Amino acid sequence: MSEKEIKSLEEIFEAKIARDEKIEPKDWMPEKYRQTHIRQISQHAHSEIVGMLPEGNWITRAPSLKRKVALLAKIQDEAGHGLYLYSACETLGISRDELYEQLHSGKAKYSSIFNYPTLTWADMGAVGWLVDGAAIINQVPLCATSYGPYARAMVRVCKEESFHQRQGFQIMMTLAEGTPEQKEMAQDALNRWWFPALMMLGPTDDASVHTAQSMKWKLKRKTNDELRQQFVDQTVPQAEMIGLTIPDPNLKWNPETKHYEFSELDWEEFWQVVKGHGPCNKMRLDARRNAWNNGEWVRNAAMAYAEKQENREVKQAI
Amino acid sequence: MNNNLIQYIYGIADNSLILGQRLGELCGHGPSLETDIALTNISLDLFGQVRSYYQYAAKIQGNDTTEDTIAFLRKEREYKNVLLVEQPNADFAYSITRQFLFDMFHIELLNELQNSKDETLAAIAKKSIKEVSYHVRFSSDWMRRLGDGTEESNQRVQTAVNDLWVFTDELFHQTDADKAMVSEGIGVDVTQLKQSYYHKVSAILEEATIEVPKIEYFQKGGKQGIHSEYMGYILNEMQYMQRTYPNMNW
Repeated sequence: MSEKEIKSLEEIFEAKIARDEKIEPKDWMPEKYRQTHIRQISQHAHSEIVGMLPEGNWITRAPSLKRKVALLAKIQDEAGHGLYLYSACETLGISRDELYEQLHSGKAKYSSIFNYPTLTWADMGAVGWLVDGAAIINQVPLCATSYGPYARAMVRVCKEESFHQRQGFQIMMTLAEGTPEQKEMAQDALNRWWFPALMMLGPTDDASVHTAQSMKWKLKRKTNDELRQQFVDQTVPQAEMIGLTIPDPNLKWNPETKHYEFSELDWEEFWQVVKGHGPCNKMRLDARRNAWNNGEWVRNAAMAYAEKQENREVKQAI
Repeated sequence: MNNNLIQYIYGIADNSLILGQRLGELCGHGPSLETDIALTNISLDLFGQVRSYYQYAAKIQGNDTTEDTIAFLRKEREYKNVLLVEQPNADFAYSITRQFLFDMFHIELLNELQNSKDETLAAIAKKSIKEVSYHVRFSSDWMRRLGDGTEESNQRVQTAVNDLWVFTDELFHQTDADKAMVSEGIGVDVTQLKQSYYHKVSAILEEATIEVPKIEYFQKGGKQGIHSEYMGYILNEMQYMQRTYPNMNW
């Protein structure tokens, strides 16, 4: 292809994005667009399946049958999100096995929040309320992102995530209205999850390497700091409503800006967790690798069986 | 209060409770995302059924009994599940074989239970049949895949069948409560299901190129509340919250 031809393809592509039209798998796209989307969509898919682990940690210990069923259903939804996000990613010309390989080797990242441990039942509330809450704020704009398969997957993911968030908040509310011990459990969970949840919205704008390009492609519509502010503004009144205290002495309402002000986050901790030094990084990756390695003989068996069946059908046809 | 009916309900529902609990352990650790979702789904179905049975048993008992006091606050000897369902997830072959050996019984049981004179039990059975038919399809398909897959998978699933076979006979034992309920037209006479069970199970094992074990001595005890050493640990984990924080709402 001549340079002129590529330039004209690029112009068509840019014009489509400017008109808010979707880019579909068969459309021409710049290589960087493809790579960025593989990175982001797979990171999102990996987050869904690694995210099953901290919550899976409480299935066998859920305090009531009703909660056990709801937790199982929630984790199953997350596995489902993983499935359609991997499928969306595969439309960009990469296989699920390759994506897993990137996760297991540490090349691909997943949301750092899942490297924190779930220590009490209240963590199931905090994770739903805060982690899914922050995830929704990150994800709602993606329903309008330029890459068609991703945007469509996100519509469904967001619907289910808001249900999960309400469910998590409801767990917290029940605890906050419960006995002093339960309330203490809820407050302790909020104390541990609050700052990590704020960090989920990503590094500050000046430290974010991908923001500018992603805004241009509408892969991102608001900056990390804007999203974080939105999360704080929306979550503080919810905590107040159920009588829990946000663990930030500098938190205060600014009547002029009509936003909450809050403490500078511990970015050193954030980067350490991203680099693999969080409390559960090793445990989570080991769990995924073990599941994959222990499952190899199962996947081989399924392949071998499918081949045998196909051969039998061919023979019958002859 | 009809104590035999309550014991009869436990005898059915406790199987689903303990099997659901075992499957719950696997969530997030399956050999593929698809099997993970399927096993979680089966666990969900089983817990859903458990809730219907226990809610009914709680209603009969009255007082402060709830589905949760039944699920979480009994002593080990009061659980009436068969030994088969408490066996551990040693590997995927064990989990699938345990599921298969139970599903094949479960579907036969529900098919009869839907004709029970007890309308609530009949309704729960009717609703559960749809779910359990799917479980049967899932586990028997996997028995075929593993049995007729690779040499390794064949060997693993054969080992699982050999090890778990000793727990199958107990499925067809009757407790006193069972007998009382059968005589009232409420319970299912499980002894009548045995022949058809082994016939159908053997047919699928044969398709899967798995040998049917030939043993004459079987394990039993769960139905009388005498469990394996695994059971205490299962309950320890399952009852943790209710025991540590008694009398609270969650």
